[in-house]
Amino acid sequence: MKIIFTTKGTEWDSAMDPRFGRTEFFLIYDEGTDSVETYDNRAIENEAHGAGPKTAQKLAEYGAEVLITGNGPGGNAAAVLQRTGIEILVGAGDMTVKEAHEAYKAGKLKKV
Amino acid sequence: MKEIVVISGKGGTGKTSITAALAILGGNDVIVADCDVDAADMHLLMEPDLEISEDFYSGEIAHINQDFCTQCGKCQEVCRFNAIPIIGGEYTVDSLGCEGCGYCARVCPADAITNSEQNVGKWFISGIRTGSSMVHASLNIGAENSGKLVAQVKSGSKALAERLGKNMVLVDGSPGIGCPVVSSLSGASFVVLVTEPTVSGFHDLKRVYELVKKFRIEAGCIVNKADLNTEVLDGIRSFLSEEDIVLLTEIPYDERFTEAMTNGKTIVEWDDKLAGIVRGTWERIRETVRL
Amino acid sequence: MKIAIASGKGGTGKTTLSTNLAAFMSQFGQVVLADLDVEEPNSGLFINGELIHQEDTYKMIPEWDKSRCELCGNCQAVCNFNAVLQMGKTIMVFPQLCHGCYACSELCPTGSLPMKQKKMGELRSFRADNLSLVESRLIVGEEQAVPLIRQTIDFVDTNFSEEVTQIFDAPPGTSCPVIEATRDADLVVLITEPTPFGLHDLKLAVETIRQLEKKFVVVVNRHGIGDDGVDHYCREENIRVIARIPNDRKIAETYSRGELLYPTIPAVRSAVETIADYIGEFKRELK
Repeated sequence: MKIIFTTKGTEWDSAMDPRFGRTEFFLIYDEGTDSVETYDNRAIENEAHGAGPKTAQKLAEYGAEVLITGNGPGGNAAAVLQRTGIEILVGAGDMTVKEAHEAYKAGKLKKV
Repeated sequence: MKEIVVISGKGGTGKTSITAALAILGGNDVIVADCDVDAADMHLLMEPDLEISEDFYSGEIAHINQDFCTQCGKCQEVCRFNAIPIIGGEYTVDSLGCEGCGYCARVCPADAITNSEQNVGKWFISGIRTGSSMVHASLNIGAENSGKLVAQVKSGSKALAERLGKNMVLVDGSPGIGCPVVSSLSGASFVVLVTEPTVSGFHDLKRVYELVKKFRIEAGCIVNKADLNTEVLDGIRSFLSEEDIVLLTEIPYDERFTEAMTNGKTIVEWDDKLAGIVRGTWERIRETVRL
Repeated sequence: MKIAIASGKGGTGKTTLSTNLAAFMSQFGQVVLADLDVEEPNSGLFINGELIHQEDTYKMIPEWDKSRCELCGNCQAVCNFNAVLQMGKTIMVFPQLCHGCYACSELCPTGSLPMKQKKMGELRSFRADNLSLVESRLIVGEEQAVPLIRQTIDFVDTNFSEEVTQIFDAPPGTSCPVIEATRDADLVVLITEPTPFGLHDLKLAVETIRQLEKKFVVVVNRHGIGDDGVDHYCREENIRVIARIPNDRKIAETYSRGELLYPTIPAVRSAVETIADYIGEFKRELK
């Protein structure tokens, strides 16, 4: 199973980015192979409007089953994510990626 | 790091005056971000000392190169914003009307139209009199605040806070219910809603809270000028308890706020009694976000 | 004749002035008040009229017709607003992000994105004797105020003659919505407070209105509070201050109940009278 985190960096110890649409990076963790991949989303800065759906579109390409983020996507982004059937968990905005993953496994994050 | 965002929906509720007072209380620990770019007044109370100033670009605008233009009129035909008038026999772009959709450039058979990023204003980093810094912006006339500009001001503040080892960013949020306020809310740890017990203040509080709710951010409310109307105040109180919004404080109607502002000060530096109330509020906010 | 009431920042008394002026002037002739602050329309809270017309307002957005679509991706490529996205074998349209430029629709090789009406708000029209109120309200989450402002002005143009005094309560700020709301005005009345915040925002509003080359005057609200910065500025810039509404807690209380001020507060009545006289004079000159 693949889990995607919205992050401010590319490391397991990086801080989570609480934003969805304008997140700086994705960190994609593949549980099956225990491997990590990252995507640099910083070009999203240049979008005046509609950052949310655009980021969601990119995210969808990874075919992950779970998204862990801070406050959660806005309406437009949520509509895109709905099509992918991804499970969205929020409330990890103040954590590191590692902490967010542990909180997820312990069932401490809220489902949207 | 915690990000506290202050919003109000309606103007004139005292949002900026209160945010400025909180910034003074936060002192050197707090980076201030002014995202109320349409009516950026925070700097008037913070004595900013400009350190960095950068141009800001948002959206696009069309340009017609007259040397290549064959006057076919196709651009004017497709423009839904009536932004391509003929002036002095030439097709020109009305910069206030152009939305930057780029349709004209795509259909121009002579490739005479290019789109370029539009310079809409500047953003700044300044030292302020609390010993900390603020990030703010100013828009050119007719330029629109955007999610992008707000995001820029906010990410600038956060980067600064990280670099300087501060644990809080205090955001004076954008008005209304559009894209800028959505961007103000994105990434917030806690939202402070400032309202007043007037029928319009209450009405706008409810409207803007619909947005806060969508983002599932914990919220508290400051009722300013609380003794203006007890009936509306009661309405606001029950609304807050129904929606699980923390009532942070009720501040009485007091012209000392304006007096302080006229003297370039915030209320915590001007009136002991009101300072006590605002200080209590600040402590409650800090407790709520666990700082 | 069209008069726009505007201000650089919110909460300076735009709605107070618009509603009181409109109600006062309607004692002497036909007046229509249009609330163009479509994100937060509040004029209706102060005027109790009979609802005489109500309609949904629409903007045009593309709607995907999958039967003919070949998934070429051109629509997504031409949209500058991220309002059209291709997700696998689906084209998604985000109505709130769409500016209605028609590019995706008309440039689609298979005609798979016909433009359709989409509700963006509601327009209501009320009537109380000689006073009509037209207000529009944007749906929460809808982002573009300008088309709704345009439609509201068009509604006023279609339903009221130029002889009727038309008062526009403009949205706050200095950006596109306020430009749209003042573009057609014969006269702009800027309202401000005599405070540093008020002065700063007045300066921005003046710059905006000057760029539009509109005739404008200033009304000072909450006169007596603050300092004389606004007066100094207006004198230096040769801007006429036509009236001052005094600072009075009673005004704030009356406003908080959603009541008009001039019937019970003589100082407001006299200020509103002065403004109405000025407008009357202006109208005669215009002719």
